[in-house]
Amino acid sequence: MIEALKARVNDDEALVRRGRYLTTTFLLEVGEATSLISIFEGRIVSVTSGPFVMPSSSFALRAPEAEWQKFWSSRPPPGSNDLMALIKRRVLKAEGNLQIFMANLRYFKEALAKLRPAGA
Amino acid sequence: MSVQFEPITGRYMHLDLFGRKHRLYVEEAGEGTPLLCLHTAGADGRQYRALMNDERVTRRHRVIAFDMPWHGKSSPPSGWHNEEYQLTSAQYTTMILEIMTALELDRPILIGCSIGGRIALHLALEHPTAFRAIIGLQAGAHVDPYYDLNFLHRPDVHGGEVSAAIVSGLVGPDAPDHERWETLWHYMQGGPGVFKGDLYFYKLDGDIRSRVAEIDTRRCPLFLLSGEYDYSCTPEETLAVAKSIPGSEVAIMKGLGHFPMSENPKEFLKHLLPVLERIGQAASAVAG
Repeated sequence: MIEALKARVNDDEALVRRGRYLTTTFLLEVGEATSLISIFEGRIVSVTSGPFVMPSSSFALRAPEAEWQKFWSSRPPPGSNDLMALIKRRVLKAEGNLQIFMANLRYFKEALAKLRPAGA
Repeated sequence: MSVQFEPITGRYMHLDLFGRKHRLYVEEAGEGTPLLCLHTAGADGRQYRALMNDERVTRRHRVIAFDMPWHGKSSPPSGWHNEEYQLTSAQYTTMILEIMTALELDRPILIGCSIGGRIALHLALEHPTAFRAIIGLQAGAHVDPYYDLNFLHRPDVHGGEVSAAIVSGLVGPDAPDHERWETLWHYMQGGPGVFKGDLYFYKLDGDIRSRVAEIDTRRCPLFLLSGEYDYSCTPEETLAVAKSIPGSEVAIMKGLGHFPMSENPKEFLKHLLPVLERIGQAASAVAG
């Protein structure tokens, strides 16, 4: 499922343009499953699934699978509709160099929301 | 083809606040009972544009919104360039009361959202007789910080972009796109450090948990309206405030978020108009 991120983000011209100064690799943890997502100038170049021995990333976003499933539903309920809502409820942990995350917060919110059902 | 003007008038007011000269931008529309509107942190009075353009509100109310110092078209006071802006409860209270005096508002209805909803609780407690009624939108007694506020004001993060991105999820899912992005644009336009300075009041200085139950609604009716999708001031937090204040009235607005008057005015007015109606009827009953 996470693999779909690459095409969905890269197909959104405006999102890629807003990310043109963003080149990084971040780690996404969905319960036990981890993925390394590499971005070059706003385009996702690879989504690599774990498990990893020594994953290197600028920052990590970690939440239980059930929380991501609510976030990725077509109409997320209150408290699950936004990355900051998950952080507020202390179920999403953002760790590492968060300057990159915060400086591109709109990009990351919109990119991860791409995993909602198409048309949502 | 003729152009269309909105029935809103904007003026700049010169006012001394906290011993310093200020130049403040004030907008108003309508006639009747004054309805003084307080914007959210890091935004400005444009959030109330829909109320000022709605004849159902303006035919009986003089709707007034000012941009707080440092916000919108109001300037920061001279000397600001070497200061860190931090809003306190005392300053916020003084500002509102001084502006009411300057505009000669006789016991206005006060409506405030978020930080405006919080100071509304302070005013309901400390200055109840100065207001005909108080309407708190997204009003909670306290909000714990849930992100590092320093990200709002540092040179390697764009302040406007990050402020809007932080609050974007607070807009409810049913907000029309143009209202959603108008609301976020105001955040993108905020001056450096201003949103952060407002949050000093919201998350630290303005905590009113220990005193909120002392609000006496017999001296000033209190209405609390909160959007279902607000995770900053959650419906639970508003309901807890309402429960602790006898006589207060509360409603949770389905599908709405943290900026009801700006993100989705059409839905919001369905909740606000009956409240204004009731306040009007109560006033007529007293007068009669």
